[in-house]
Amino acid sequence: MHGWIGTILRVNLTTGSVSREPLDPAMAKAYIGARGLGTKVLFDEVDARVDPLAPENKLIFVSGPLTGTYAPSGGRYEVVTKGALTGAIAAANSGGTWGPALKYAGYDLVILEGKAAHPVYLWIKDGAAELRNATHLWGKTVPDTTDAVRAETDEDAKVACIGPAGEHQVLFACIMNDMHRSAGRSGVGAVMGSKNLKAIAVVGGGTVTCADTDAFASAVMQVREKILAHPVGGTGLRLYGTDVLVNILNQIGGHPTRNFQDGYFPTADKIGGESLSAKVLQRPKGCFACIISCGRVTKVSHPKYAGEGEGPEYETAWGFGSDCGVDDLDAVTKANYYCNEYGLDTITMGATVACAMELYERGLITPKDTGGLALEFGNAEAMVEATRLTAQGDGFGQKLALGSYRLAAAYGHPELSMTVKKQEMPAYDPRAIQGIGLNYATANCGAAHVRGYTISPEVLGTPIKVNKDAIEGKPELVIQFQNLTAALDASGACLFTTFGIGADELAALLSAATGVEYSTADFLKCGDRIWNLERLFNLKAGLNAKDDSLPPRILEEPLKSGASKGSVSRFPEMLPTYYQLRGWDAAGVPTPAKLQALGLVAERAVSGSLA
Amino acid sequence: MGKMLMIQADKCTGCHNCALACSMTHEQSFRLPAARLHVYTWEREGFSVPMMCQHCSDAPCIPVCTPHAMTRDPVTGWVTLDQAKCIGCKMCVLACPFGNAAWDAVSNKILKCDYCGGDPACATFCPTHAIEWVDDVVATRARKRAFAAKFKMAFAE
Repeated sequence: MHGWIGTILRVNLTTGSVSREPLDPAMAKAYIGARGLGTKVLFDEVDARVDPLAPENKLIFVSGPLTGTYAPSGGRYEVVTKGALTGAIAAANSGGTWGPALKYAGYDLVILEGKAAHPVYLWIKDGAAELRNATHLWGKTVPDTTDAVRAETDEDAKVACIGPAGEHQVLFACIMNDMHRSAGRSGVGAVMGSKNLKAIAVVGGGTVTCADTDAFASAVMQVREKILAHPVGGTGLRLYGTDVLVNILNQIGGHPTRNFQDGYFPTADKIGGESLSAKVLQRPKGCFACIISCGRVTKVSHPKYAGEGEGPEYETAWGFGSDCGVDDLDAVTKANYYCNEYGLDTITMGATVACAMELYERGLITPKDTGGLALEFGNAEAMVEATRLTAQGDGFGQKLALGSYRLAAAYGHPELSMTVKKQEMPAYDPRAIQGIGLNYATANCGAAHVRGYTISPEVLGTPIKVNKDAIEGKPELVIQFQNLTAALDASGACLFTTFGIGADELAALLSAATGVEYSTADFLKCGDRIWNLERLFNLKAGLNAKDDSLPPRILEEPLKSGASKGSVSRFPEMLPTYYQLRGWDAAGVPTPAKLQALGLVAERAVSGSLA
Repeated sequence: MGKMLMIQADKCTGCHNCALACSMTHEQSFRLPAARLHVYTWEREGFSVPMMCQHCSDAPCIPVCTPHAMTRDPVTGWVTLDQAKCIGCKMCVLACPFGNAAWDAVSNKILKCDYCGGDPACATFCPTHAIEWVDDVVATRARKRAFAAKFKMAFAE
């Protein structure tokens, strides 16, 4: 095969067996790779009703056909499993160099099943794979684990691992690779921890080929030019990182503040990309084959928060910053370092601290609950300490480790958790930006901006400017972005390539790489298919239309200040149209006709009692 | 006036576009060991350095090459490997103090930068100008100017 390697590695952690299987070309064509192939394997092999932390859940690491080529910013991989935080399908995407290394070592995907009797790590070298004892690595941070695994395997090995948070099964633990890159959301790291799997180290000198090298090279040159010429993809992200968004979102009043009590944070510029560049930036960093270089290598010298690492990204600066009412960039960056070192999703961590702060200020939790920690909005030290406690599994951190939904519910106020499907909303307020709310509510992995990033047209005006406050046309827009993103994720490309290119260019890259002719329509249909199969998994798991919702605050409490003052989300008006345009019935279930059109008849049959 | 590749490691983001482009140009596929240059990354520090043949003036690989496959091109001045004459003895691999001549067991040959015949793909594909194909007389101009600017700032205050 071209683009794809054509081989699956299957590892049974219970029995210790390791086996190779051919990748079915028809399945590869229909689901492309990464998020698509991972979803198909999970749907086929895992009972959706399984406890995410039970051995019966599977953990799938999967690359795309563009991964390992020089398709611009096309070096990504996905971790697909049933999410520990959400109970819904999880597909956590990451960059760095791990995904390409997996392909050079001879595999498109690794399926991990069962549970090891004691901590182990998987070592893959040029096709050979073995499980090794990791008892001595248990408890180590991400950088220390990475160094230790390299010392035992190969100094060039690429390491994906969990930190102590994943071992403790913090429900929003992530999987880290290349020390600083993260398959971040939905608790994929907790699933890895539940399997006693500490790390996957991989090295290989193998080849990724293209079906038509001339066509691929020429498509790549065109794509490079388009991305590099784009003000966001070519300039803004390299100069200031994703944190450039702080001031942009704050200016339009769509920058959630103090647990979404407002959409404007007066001193947000102190934690924005411009301040980051001036205060803590060492240099930009790029993932494999990246031409954008949004990564931030940073260093904090303030003695209280001293450290080195990567970040913060926009979502992180917001989560630990504005959402907690904190404008101290050093503190925000330190909290980010804790998350990277211990393996936590920064969005859920920040938003959970923010939720705890609101509970605290309302007197619903007291210093007795927090161990004396004064969790007041704006208390930077308390924010960092709460993060450390969660990372290290200490004291009140054990409560925070459940995420904001379970935390707020435990104190009788689930409505104060800013979540969809138990996953925290990220840094764009749906009251100020109507389309993104519909995307949060319908995203199969729970609230996420990276499933349908309508911020591009609604705020940044790319590829076209649309009115952020309107709801007309938003269901169509959200569906377009969701389908495009599903197919793009499946290809192995970075979401940020959409600052410059769209489905036409991605379909051309894929066709030249794989030799499978993808028209733009074929490509988008793959995205639609992936989206619907994710939906079927969730329906089987017991989720339904009631889970396609936004927190009551977003629907009922108008923004108090800033440029979008007075707005609420009009999401309920958009949802019926969204279902209809998706080809779903009023209960949000894909109709037989829709599934037939997508070639999901057999999948519908096993979903049985759905409709 | 000749040309040379100028590396500014502080601009390198570790993206490997140079190595990928090199592999594609020379081998028509993506295989990092087949690239004539390699990128080394220190993850803790977030620092990366691309390594490639420097086309040394007093190149240690030339005198050790018994079949005279490794020579200096009289016109361009580049250190040039003639694959037809190479016997695969790997003396150049032993002699290069930087590890920039490498033996590739897959293609059964010595791999060494040939400047892509005068249009190096690594420089074309480097998104941050960490690798640039520049006139040799002005190769260090950008670096000198950047440092001079620091003096200017210091004295202007």
